Amino acid sequence: MLSLDLFANAIVAGVLLGGFYAAVAIGLAIAFGQLDIVNIAHPAFVIVGSYVAYIVNTHFGLDPVLIGVLVAPVFFLVGVAIYRIYYAAFERTGQESLSGLAFFFGLMFIIEVVLILVYGVDYRLVRAGYIGETIELGFVGIPFRMMVPFVVATTGTTAIYLYLSRTFTGRAILAVAQDRLALQLMGADPVRIKQFAFGLAIATTAIAGSLLIIIGPVEPSLGRLYIGRVFAIVVLGGMGSIPGMFIAALILGIVETLVATFMGPSWAPAVAFGLLLLTLALRPSGLFGR
Amino acid sequence: MKISVFWVSIVALLIAGLVFTEVVGNEYYFTALYVILQATMMAVAWNILGGFTGYVNFGSAAFFAVGAYTAIALDKALGLPLPLLILAAAAVCGLIGLGVGYLTLRLKGVYFAIATLAMAIVLETLVTNWTYVGGARGAYILTPENHLWFDSYIQMLFMLMLVLTLGSVAISRRLNSTRLGRGLAAIRDDEVAAECAGVPTLRLKLISTTVMGAMMGVAGAPYPFFVTFVDPVSAFNLFVAVNAIAMPMIGGTSHWIGPVIGALLVGSMQEIVTVNVSSELNVLIVGVMLVLFISLAPQGIVGLVQKHILRRRR
Repeated sequence: MLSLDLFANAIVAGVLLGGFYAAVAIGLAIAFGQLDIVNIAHPAFVIVGSYVAYIVNTHFGLDPVLIGVLVAPVFFLVGVAIYRIYYAAFERTGQESLSGLAFFFGLMFIIEVVLILVYGVDYRLVRAGYIGETIELGFVGIPFRMMVPFVVATTGTTAIYLYLSRTFTGRAILAVAQDRLALQLMGADPVRIKQFAFGLAIATTAIAGSLLIIIGPVEPSLGRLYIGRVFAIVVLGGMGSIPGMFIAALILGIVETLVATFMGPSWAPAVAFGLLLLTLALRPSGLFGR
Repeated sequence: MKISVFWVSIVALLIAGLVFTEVVGNEYYFTALYVILQATMMAVAWNILGGFTGYVNFGSAAFFAVGAYTAIALDKALGLPLPLLILAAAAVCGLIGLGVGYLTLRLKGVYFAIATLAMAIVLETLVTNWTYVGGARGAYILTPENHLWFDSYIQMLFMLMLVLTLGSVAISRRLNSTRLGRGLAAIRDDEVAAECAGVPTLRLKLISTTVMGAMMGVAGAPYPFFVTFVDPVSAFNLFVAVNAIAMPMIGGTSHWIGPVIGALLVGSMQEIVTVNVSSELNVLIVGVMLVLFISLAPQGIVGLVQKHILRRRR
């Protein structure tokens, strides 16, 4: 029944997909895992990233990944602005649990509705030379539209991991998650650190969005499917551990592809939720919890 | 004294509803009022968990849709009458609420919120793959012939929804002002302190999740008969979830009257904007109002009024 080459193809495709999931989840691993900001709107920002890539690509023909890198600073500033509002309205008054959640939920909803109002519910896509090409390795086919996101995502994740563990600011971000007061006593301002880190988290969505639209066409409500996925990855990865997040992303990618191959693609969205509930019920600290 | 005012107004509203069905013939008004009442019920249900205990449920649409699909499935399989369908929907959705609550409510509040959000997607996947109730293509419901002594079926549905909504408001008010409600408020203010003071926090949270789920299921059960065509996309519409959160947040979450005020205000405004401008814009307005109210007036309209009264007394 189980054919070997189908299985091998599914595993390879799952690893590639998982690498891309890491790019989508890394911003949330920083925001939710390390800063305790439950940014439900994270996937919505990824979709905005996709639309920016779509607009610039159709007008100027630039490469989608290059667009993602170029607009990341703008996304960074947007993230900083959102954190300022969030801090002033919720975090300072200690109401982040209920109101903060609803705030991001409202933000997600507004982004989706505005995209629908402006661009409609049609699927949008980008053009680039490598989309549609495939390398054949024996009986395993590797499509470039999956390979490019995987390579970019892996590089980006490694870079952010090195940044967080080697530089002063990066370590300060990790420190603000662990002990805010101690950080303050070391002479660093926790609010400024968090503001910078949240900007960084949103900046990653610009690149994740451009990768998303390389993989396939994008429409405004696609982001909702990613909510379960990104939170499952971050929780399974142990809340804020970057290597843990990457492994969790690979696990989700592989399981989802196997389910899609052997049970049908319409079941794939349920995988993330199952994984999330299992993790919460059995091991809430995740596989690599601190 | 205050109790009698509440019950007198409930009875008065019921009589007003009955008179309305006798006097008004235009079906549009009943459709519009049904939509507003349904939204009110969802808002009241959401507030029982979200407002009283501070646990955010993003999956309102899922409970609503499960209620609707329970009604569709049982109507197709057994042809049960509507009141039994409503009871069945309440049971199924109450159990789902209990299950999700049991798995996640022992953890931090955010996990419950995320679990409900993801639950909406997984239930939508299940229903989309369930061909018995139409799968992705959706299901048609024939409007039953029997509409009691009312002139049309929609009038009967309107009256039914009025009774259900007033009932849920009464339950919510009762929960708010009893020992149970004080326990819930203690959880919202400081869960650890409540636990230490001997409040059985997990049990209270599970009770309110179950009541919330059941109430949302009840709101969803008559929906297939109201629209006569249901597909997963319309039943699991994110807009239902947004409304269920926005209305209590705008009205004020700490008092039982908050979601009622918010729902009547936002619901009427939505009807007016949908008819006169466009339905997409109305969706956007609710989102913007939600974000503005949360950021600028987190206590909602009830909170603003309370503050005003306090200031005038001084």
